[in-house]
Amino acid sequence: MTFDDYAMTTDDASTFLPTSPPASSSAATRPARPTPPSHSAPPTPGRARTGGDDDRPVTSEGGVGVVLGRGGEPVAMTGPGRPTLGARLMGLAVADLADHDRLYGAVPWRGPGGSLLYELRASGLTGRGGASFPTWRKLATVLESARRGAVGPPVVIANAAESEPESAKDVTLLLRAPHLVLDGLQLAAEAVGAGEAVVYVKAGPGAQAMHRALSQRHATGRDRCPTRVHQAPATYLAGEASALAAAVAGGPARPHAHWLPLAERGIGGRPTLVDNVETLAHLATIARWGAGWFRGVGTVDDPGTLLVTVTGAVRVPGVVEVPFGGTLGELLALAGGASGPVGALRIGGYGGTWLPASAQAEGVFSRAGLAAWDASPGAGIVTVLPAHACGLSQTARIVAELAGQSAGQCGPCVTGLPRLAEATAAMARPGSPVGHTVVSAYTHDLGGTDSPGRASQPRPGSVSGRENPAAAASRALALAALVAGRGACHHPDGVARLVRSALRTFAADIRAHADGYCRGSAPA
Amino acid sequence: MARTAQQTGPLRLWIDWTACDGRGWCTELLPELLDRDPDGYPIALDPAVGQTRDLTVPAPLTGHARRAADLCPRLALHLRPASPDVGARA
Ligand code: SF4
Ligand code: SF4
Ligand code: SF4
Repeated sequence: MTFDDYAMTTDDASTFLPTSPPASSSAATRPARPTPPSHSAPPTPGRARTGGDDDRPVTSEGGVGVVLGRGGEPVAMTGPGRPTLGARLMGLAVADLADHDRLYGAVPWRGPGGSLLYELRASGLTGRGGASFPTWRKLATVLESARRGAVGPPVVIANAAESEPESAKDVTLLLRAPHLVLDGLQLAAEAVGAGEAVVYVKAGPGAQAMHRALSQRHATGRDRCPTRVHQAPATYLAGEASALAAAVAGGPARPHAHWLPLAERGIGGRPTLVDNVETLAHLATIARWGAGWFRGVGTVDDPGTLLVTVTGAVRVPGVVEVPFGGTLGELLALAGGASGPVGALRIGGYGGTWLPASAQAEGVFSRAGLAAWDASPGAGIVTVLPAHACGLSQTARIVAELAGQSAGQCGPCVTGLPRLAEATAAMARPGSPVGHTVVSAYTHDLGGTDSPGRASQPRPGSVSGRENPAAAASRALALAALVAGRGACHHPDGVARLVRSALRTFAADIRAHADGYCRGSAPA
Repeated sequence: MARTAQQTGPLRLWIDWTACDGRGWCTELLPELLDRDPDGYPIALDPAVGQTRDLTVPAPLTGHARRAADLCPRLALHLRPASPDVGARA
C-alpha cells in the first residue's frame, strides 16, 4: 500500500481546485486507477470551490489544490506535480470563524445521548496523542460512567500540551484550524453531556490562537458547553493524561497513580474525557461527513489521516498530513526529502523508537507496519538522523533529559532512569581498547550479587577508569527492563523503548566503541 | 464495560508506585509472584506473566495475594479486577 493507492480516483470526478498558481495540468496527472473500496459520498461532477471573488482560496501554499466532494468535504489534495493526499484537516484549514463557517457550515450537533459514538465507532478513529486508543471507547466510558451516577457532569479536555519537544503538529493545527478543534470539543462535550470543556494548551502561539478563536465564538454565542483555556506548563510530562487532570484541577502537573481510567473517575471524581486536539478535529470532520468518508483514506486498521511533524535532516521540516499506510520514504518526500544520506530514523519523538535507514523503503506508517520495529505512529513525529551523525550520543542526550523530567514519585523510575542515562552515556563514547577485558567483569544481572546500581560507579580496575561500552550496553538493556512498566505513568516505558531501539539500530557503533574507535557512523 | 461484570473475572495485582517504599514486604508474602529488584521494589517473578503494572493473579493464589495487599504498610498494593487500560494516555 502506498499513499497513491488511496488516491482520489473516482471517474465522475470532483473537480480539482486550483489555487494560486493554478494547477493547470492537475486533471491530467490524476492517477487513472480503479476506485478503491471506499464508502465516501460520490462526488458531484462540477461541484467545486474556486479561488474566485466570492470564495476564498481554499489553501494557498505552493499551488496546492483541494478536491471537494458533494458535501464540501475535502477528498484529495493536489500538489503542483502530482496529486497527494491528506487534505482531511489541513486542506480546508482556516483560522477565521466566518471562513470556517463558509467552508464547514454550522456545527453538526448530534443531540445528547451519544449518537455520535456510533459514527465514531464506525469510523475507526483512534487517538492522535500517542496511545492510539479507539476514540469512541473513551467517549463511551465517560458516557456510561456519567449515566451510572457520577459525582458530577463529565469534563472534556482538549490536550494541546504538546510536550514532545520535537512535535509541532498540535500548534500548527491550532493556528490553522482552531475552530475545527473547538467544534470537535463541543461535539464531544455534547455527546457525553459534559458540564465543562477545557483547552489545555502550552503557552505560545497555540494558546493565543485558542484565546482568539474562543472570543470569536463567544461573540457569536455558538458554543453550548462553557469552555476555558488552561495553560499547560512546559514540562515533558505535562501532557500525560493524569498529569493534565491534576493540573486542570488546580494542582501541579504531575502524573498520579490511578487504577480507574480518567474516563471513569477523573477531575474531582467526575468522568473526564481527555483527547488530543487533532483527535477532536478529526471527530468534527467525522460528525460532518461521516465514517465512510473518513475511511476513504488510510488502512482498514488505521483509517483516516494523521498529522506528522517531520524534523531533522529533511529539506523542508514541518508538519504534513498523510493517510496511514504509506511508506516512511513517501512521508519524508512530503517534507522535501532527506537533505543527505540518512543514518537512521526516530519515530515518536524522545520517547520513541530508532529505526534503521532501510526502514524508509520497508517501513509502513501504521500501527501494523511499524510494529516490527517495536514502534508505533504515536504522536506523529519522524526525526531524520543524517548519516555520519552520532546516534548514540543523541540517544544519551535524550535519555539524560528524560531522566531529568521524571516526576520523581516512583521508586523504580526515580532510581532507574538516572542509572539508565549513565549507562547509555557510557556506551555512547568509544572506550579504550584495553578496556575490553572489563566485559568479562560484567557479572551482575537481575538477582545477581552486583546490582546495576553499584555497577554504575566508575570501575577502578579498568584502565581508563570507565566502563567498557559493550558492558555499559548490557547494563543499559538490563536497566531498561527494570524501569519499563514500573511507574504511575508510561514515562519510563518510553525511555526504555528508546534505549532498546538504540541498541538494535546502532549495534555496529557499540561494537566499534567496545574496540575503542569511532566508525564515523559509516553505513552498517 | 460494566465493571460489575468483571468482578468475577481474573484479578490483577496493581501497585501504586508513588506510594511503594520498596521495603519488600509483599515479596516475602507473595514469593510465588513477586521478587525483589536490586533496590527492594517488587518485580514480577516470571516476566512472561506480565509487567508489574498489570500482573494477573492465578486463581489459586488469590488468597495469598489478598493477604499481601492487606499487609502492605504503604497501602500501595491492590487487587483489582482485570480491566482495559482506558485512556491511560491521551
Ligand atoms: S561510532 Fe562514532 S559516530 Fe557512531 S555513535 Fe559512536 S561516536 Fe558516534
Ligand atoms: S513513572 Fe516516573 S515519571 Fe511517571 S509518575 Fe512515576 S516517577 Fe513520575
Ligand atoms: S509491601 Fe507495599 S510498600 Fe512494601 S514493597 Fe511491597 S508494595 Fe511496596
